[in-house]
Amino acid sequence: MSTEKKLHPGINIAQTDPKAHLEAEPVMFGFWVFLMSDLVLFTLLLATYGAMSVHGMAGGPTPKQITDLTSAGIETALLLASSFTFALASIALKYDDNQRALKRWLIVTALLGAAFIGMEIKDFITLAGKGQIPQVSGFLSAHYALLGTHMLHVASAIVWMAMIWPQMKVPRLKDLVRLRIMRLALFWHMLDVVWVAIVTFVFLFGAST
Amino acid sequence: MDWTYWLFGTLQWSDFPPKKDLIATFAASLVILAPIAVAVILTVTKRWTWIWKEWLTSLDHKKIGVMYCVLAAAMLVRALIEAGLMRTQQAMANVGSPVIGADHFGELFSTHGTIMIFFVVMPFISGLINFVMPLQIGARDLTFPFLNAASLWLTAAGAMLVNASLVVGKFSTGGWSGYPPFTELAFSPGEGVNYWIWALTLTGIGTTLTGINFAVTLYKERAPGMHLMRMPLFCWTALSTSILMIFALPPLTVATAMLALDRYAGFHFFTNGAGGNMMLYANLFWLFGHPEVYILILPAFGVWSEVISTFSGKKLYGYTSLVVATISIAVLSFTVWLHHFFTMGQSANVNAVFGIATMLIGIPTGVKVYDWLLTMYRGRIRFTPPLLFSITFLFCFVVGGLTGVLLANAPVDFAVHNSLFLVAHFHNMLIPGTLFAMIAGYMYWFPKVFGFRLDERWGTISWFLWSAGFLLAFMPLYALGLMGAMRRTSMFTDPHYTPYLMIALGGAGMILCGLAALGVQLFVSIRRREQMRVPVGDPWDGHSLEWWSSAPPPEWNFARIPQVDGTEAFTAMKRNGQPYVAQPENYEDICLPANTGIPVMIGVAGGLCAFALTWYIWWLAVVMLVAMWALVVWRSWQGEPMKEFPAELVRKHTEEWLEKARAAKPVDRFAESEPVNLGLADPIR
Repeated sequence: MSTEKKLHPGINIAQTDPKAHLEAEPVMFGFWVFLMSDLVLFTLLLATYGAMSVHGMAGGPTPKQITDLTSAGIETALLLASSFTFALASIALKYDDNQRALKRWLIVTALLGAAFIGMEIKDFITLAGKGQIPQVSGFLSAHYALLGTHMLHVASAIVWMAMIWPQMKVPRLKDLVRLRIMRLALFWHMLDVVWVAIVTFVFLFGAST
Repeated sequence: MDWTYWLFGTLQWSDFPPKKDLIATFAASLVILAPIAVAVILTVTKRWTWIWKEWLTSLDHKKIGVMYCVLAAAMLVRALIEAGLMRTQQAMANVGSPVIGADHFGELFSTHGTIMIFFVVMPFISGLINFVMPLQIGARDLTFPFLNAASLWLTAAGAMLVNASLVVGKFSTGGWSGYPPFTELAFSPGEGVNYWIWALTLTGIGTTLTGINFAVTLYKERAPGMHLMRMPLFCWTALSTSILMIFALPPLTVATAMLALDRYAGFHFFTNGAGGNMMLYANLFWLFGHPEVYILILPAFGVWSEVISTFSGKKLYGYTSLVVATISIAVLSFTVWLHHFFTMGQSANVNAVFGIATMLIGIPTGVKVYDWLLTMYRGRIRFTPPLLFSITFLFCFVVGGLTGVLLANAPVDFAVHNSLFLVAHFHNMLIPGTLFAMIAGYMYWFPKVFGFRLDERWGTISWFLWSAGFLLAFMPLYALGLMGAMRRTSMFTDPHYTPYLMIALGGAGMILCGLAALGVQLFVSIRRREQMRVPVGDPWDGHSLEWWSSAPPPEWNFARIPQVDGTEAFTAMKRNGQPYVAQPENYEDICLPANTGIPVMIGVAGGLCAFALTWYIWWLAVVMLVAMWALVVWRSWQGEPMKEFPAELVRKHTEEWLEKARAAKPVDRFAESEPVNLGLADPIR
């Protein structure tokens, strides 16, 4: 277990911050494992959606009737852009010592994420206005549960960011905060990946049936 | 909706004791009196500070392991009494004098199953792995000690919630698998299913996090030279179980969360109408439930491997094949979930695929049984209680496995499913397989944990009572199942059943005596502990690194992280090197995580949140949920506080231990149970 083997997948901070780099491997690896577990959760929600969107309509709205591709397109753009800005934040984390660029890009990321959540809430309100609430059918239950779980994840990622924010200026926590932001980045990108699956199986599927 | 609803949810005075019947009132008073008794003892002996500082707030993996086992033992007592009550009811009801009603019986089999799976075996497994695994791989702690403690207290909170249901309100009558639509609001209004859902959610989250913790530790914290293929087999089974926990617990969380949405928010995942589909639940639940079976059995296989090889005085036969078999079982466990509902409407071809996959598991398991037999072959076997349990296991487990292969045939399953045949089958796997392994592991590692051996005479008595009791209690159930007796039935009225039910009742009584014998063994051993001390720490001539330390081990485990060159690292050390000569010239300061009370508080908040959700006390649920996360944030501000063990302390402790090793007389394997055994083994060469 020599130190040079301790390379976690992700941004390599060995040159810029060797101490945090040494501590990174088990922590980052552990978070990858957690993400796998979280992905199982989304997989099952998608599988539930797959079953319910075929068998669970119960005479209520069909996937096509509730699909709003324009809205989904904007949401996708927002979330993918936020992943890009988080990548810029990660680069700033590696090279920028006074944290200005890091903070800037984190704020942009959080705003994009918040806009994404806002769009989704608007979608939900529109659906509910037409009486298409989760209590109507198994299909709508699955729809709300899947999107809701994803939305909850994005929201908790933003809260997480807000919790890290005041810690960024505490010198005692410097290495820990660095590792925390690296994990938050992984979490954020995973939510993007999940969203791509949701767009495919929920919105494109809905529009094409 | 008046103000009492806003304050207390659906709680009523009538939900509190006294209960309607005497047995329930008695159980409720036990749940109230036991903590009071503990509190009184702690106050009288002035040990509140001690228990808080030394135990509850500890992040030491060894202490957390012990606390897991204590939790499991306490819950085992409850679940066994419930089992005895169910046997009594069925036997007495069949001769015309029932002792409890059908609803109460429904609660009993639901709590018995839920507790046995989630709050006896799972904590016991987590406890054993917690204590043993870091020592075996030459590590000083798990990768995430704080998370480890948080997992423990979440699990404990779940157990307390199940116990609370004895006092306040009722538990679910939906069985441990909680199938909808019966568990939906329409058929099970009230708090029972809520208790079940939130207890499982708490322990499910705790166990997922534990699995992550174990897996990362096994991948990242091994001592230099401890390659994966050099790990003791117990570590391999711990790794497989952790991977199963990581992948198999989320389906449970999803299934119970969806059931909760159905019940609380009127969703339609599993309801009868509006597009709900209970088959979805069956699939999700068993997607968890089948791997869960292997989460329970794989660490037991690890314990058997250690116990059989140690008490046969031989290297484990077929190490590589055992590793491959373990991994094969872990992988196959994800491919067989459908055999839990062969009769629920799939086509014959689908059933055939899953039936064949199920039978395939018999192959790696068979490999293991042969490996254990060949380990014993021409070994220097000592019939200590753990080895006696192993022998019962080998015989009974093969019988249980064969009935499993029978059940894997869908046509056979159509005939006997949901009968007592099935009940006999899975008890036949889980009691000799898992529970006996937990008892054997407890006796095997006890001297390492507390520094003295357990009395062997009472251990042997306990083994006899458990083994005979198991056979008497469950073999008749095979016959009853074939005669048509269905599971989860509160009373039969067939005089032909009477002899079988009576024998089973006698067996259950013997098992309870076996439990009592374990208690006596512990009591006797504590009283005679001075004669049974093993301070040098290697009473059984062990093979792996956990035996290479004083008993009990120091908090830092190893003064120097060992260098490993092969399997059975400690055996190699004893044969080729000198494990007890002075180690490093320069001892180092050792840093370990400082104690913290935050995990306990997270557990308390989690338990209260779950209780509030059960009774629809929304304000409390929100407050406690926020409190849980606030505690996490509080911890994040602390950084990772450490406590330091100065080099001088480490040197002093190590040298005292080595001094004892030099003074002790190496004991022959057949003098293991004599007072002369101070834990210095005279290795078999």
